Amino acid sequence: MNEELKAIWRSLFDWVMGNGPRPENEVIPPEPPPDLPFTLKPKDKYSRFHEATLKERYSQWVEIHGLHIFSIVYSGLSVLTCVVVVSLLLATVAELPPFGDEKNPANNEVIRRYVEHGGHETGAQNIVAGLILDYRAFDTFGESAVLFTAAVSVLMILGASRRNKQDNELSPNVNEDGKNFLQRGPPIKTFRKDDAILRGVATLSIPVILMMGCVVVINGHLSPGGGFSGGAILSTALILAANAYGFERVHDFFNERTFIVSSSTALMIYALSKGYSFFTGANHLHSIIPKGTIGNILSGGLILPLNICVGLIVAGTLYGFYALFSEGDM
Amino acid sequence: MINMFAYNIPFVSIFMLMIAAIITPLLPKRNRLPEKLSCYVIGIIAILSAYLLYVLTSSGQSLSFNFPMGHFPAPWGNELRAGPLEAVLALVFCIAMLLSLTGNFSSTAEDIAPNRRQIFCVLVNLLTASLLALTYTNDLFTAYVFIEINTIAACAIVAVKEGPETVRAALRYLVMSLVGSGLVMIAICLLYDLTGHLLMQNMHGAIQVLVTTKSYMMPLTVSLALITAGLAIKSALYPFASWLPDAHGSSTNASSAILSGLVLKGHIFTIIKIFYRVFGLEVIHLLRMDTVIFILGLLAMIMGSVHALKQTNVKRMIAWSSVAQVGYIFLGVGLNTTAGVAAACLHIIVHACIKPMLFTAAGGLSNAAGHKKGLHALMGTFYVNRWAGMGLIVGAFSMMGIPGFAGFASKLSLMMASFDHSVVVWSLAALAISSVLNALYYVPAVIVVLTHNKDAQKNFTAPAPTRSYKISMFIFLALNFYLGLFCMPLLRLITRGVNVL
Repeated sequence: MNEELKAIWRSLFDWVMGNGPRPENEVIPPEPPPDLPFTLKPKDKYSRFHEATLKERYSQWVEIHGLHIFSIVYSGLSVLTCVVVVSLLLATVAELPPFGDEKNPANNEVIRRYVEHGGHETGAQNIVAGLILDYRAFDTFGESAVLFTAAVSVLMILGASRRNKQDNELSPNVNEDGKNFLQRGPPIKTFRKDDAILRGVATLSIPVILMMGCVVVINGHLSPGGGFSGGAILSTALILAANAYGFERVHDFFNERTFIVSSSTALMIYALSKGYSFFTGANHLHSIIPKGTIGNILSGGLILPLNICVGLIVAGTLYGFYALFSEGDM
Repeated sequence: MINMFAYNIPFVSIFMLMIAAIITPLLPKRNRLPEKLSCYVIGIIAILSAYLLYVLTSSGQSLSFNFPMGHFPAPWGNELRAGPLEAVLALVFCIAMLLSLTGNFSSTAEDIAPNRRQIFCVLVNLLTASLLALTYTNDLFTAYVFIEINTIAACAIVAVKEGPETVRAALRYLVMSLVGSGLVMIAICLLYDLTGHLLMQNMHGAIQVLVTTKSYMMPLTVSLALITAGLAIKSALYPFASWLPDAHGSSTNASSAILSGLVLKGHIFTIIKIFYRVFGLEVIHLLRMDTVIFILGLLAMIMGSVHALKQTNVKRMIAWSSVAQVGYIFLGVGLNTTAGVAAACLHIIVHACIKPMLFTAAGGLSNAAGHKKGLHALMGTFYVNRWAGMGLIVGAFSMMGIPGFAGFASKLSLMMASFDHSVVVWSLAALAISSVLNALYYVPAVIVVLTHNKDAQKNFTAPAPTRSYKISMFIFLALNFYLGLFCMPLLRLITRGVNVL
């Protein structure tokens, strides 16, 4: 019984390994295929000669002509897909309700309340700010978190690999030469230190840009603008400073640590204050946040501090992307 | 009704995870503090979700409630919605996430450089938060925002392990995922233009009006097609699944487990919510989207397994098997009945428990064979790491659908659901063929692992599995047998949840 079981097991095992029937006493040399990276296929075993030659001839043919044919088919198919999707979307747009029509489905009670009661319900003169930072503040929190996620990911992928090499740490992902895979070339952007015109213009314009950015952020609840647009303006001042004076100078006051601390703190303030507001709102509790009078600088409840938080995150993230992609560090 | 504590649980779970993610970069790196924080927070949320599930189902009828995010009621502000189905999915997502993290604690430490581990934890927290938000949200635009967070974090946890393969895989994944995001965005814009709402119930009402008056049918069809295609790309339905094997096969074990078990499921559940809550099953049937989903599901079941047969790398094999399993879920969704959707949800849960176990087991076995991932190199590794071997064997039996294992329960419920439908022959045939194909690649893997290999076994110098590995694997195995043997109460609960979705 035991012998029979063993024989069945062996035949099953042989079938799995593809050895085929063989004499009982023959010893098959253990020949595990080399553990190649998965991009390379291990060499096939052929049971018959003509099969092998056919397969070899086929693979040779693929090796010579395959890429060419593939690229033709691939580009043809991608053009076809794009044309189909674009024409479909254009046909759809032609069918949509006409733009700006009074009877459009989008002109309903939702919009009406935002426009008619937005001011006194949120305390913000700028209806858009009231909409994105009070009525639908959860979405905006998500959007800020998207920026945070993206910045942290880029920082991890571009920033950390360079420092790894400096630490000279032997992680399992190094080549046989002991070198890291992500070899870093020279910086993409070469910075010329003697650009007097750029420096002069930057010296004049950076304070103005910073002022402009602060105004747009702080007046976000009163006039068009807000955290996202103001933060983008602030980041241009940082990028201009980095180009005119060099990344080292910016690095002195705005480096990776500053960026992480400022973004995390800003997002944390957003999460905690808005979390309090959500909690009180959902449980019908009294909220201690005053709305203020419409039009004052201190009005709109949480909108002003939230705008400042979003502005900090956006400014840091945009500058961070620029610095990481051009210098590989920040 | 529902007590105050349970009422706040959906909001508290999302915000706790977001705050944990935000605070993690500021923590000191000593003693693996960030990882412990993630594990504790996810564990607490699992307990809270279990309590929420208990409160929602204990009274005999299935309750559900809406949670306004802020002082403004729903069509004006954002809203969360929780019912039994959402609660059970949140519970399963948290448990699977926790076990994927603790089970791969040591392999994470090996694969990821120390200065990246902190950010890995940030990404894991954000990923869990986005999954919970996708589960609970009642607003289509909130869903889109969290799909974005999910996409970026998922691509980044592929690239967290350094190496050329992971960077290439992450780039492929990113490009495909962004195409999906773009399609979803366009579809949401079109739907807003047609309905004037973003809240799911109000959109449903407006769409019913559009369908009864037969107006704007063509943009409605296009938007449904775009949103389904976009989410299908993200959830790796077969013709769009080319990114999956690279991304899941090359990343570190914890990432593979999380991506395969959970990230796909968040998008699939979003599709289910859009079908059920936004369009309604009749409209889906009218616009023929159920047939498309059904056929693609069938194709995925067969083709995923066929591709898995060709693999020589154990992780890529398991990754292709995920494509087949996603096909099962879409088969259930494509049946377009309550029973079909309930079976699909059961398969979501079953797969979320088995696939992380298989990846954890495969990681343990290839670690035992000296970081080799080829199937041949794993010969005899069962005798080195028996916990991992058990995980692989039980997971494989479960995937084949042997009675008593979890996969059998969901396959059975899929079959039962398809009996009410005219396409029963097709789905039964596809289930049968796919099960045989599953066996064709999982049985050899099990045999290879169980075969004694004296020569190679001498060279195995892997350390014994750690305690956290053993405990996680034990819980995985227990969950698997629980789901396989006692699935009927769970299926009834899911059906009740689907009815109040």
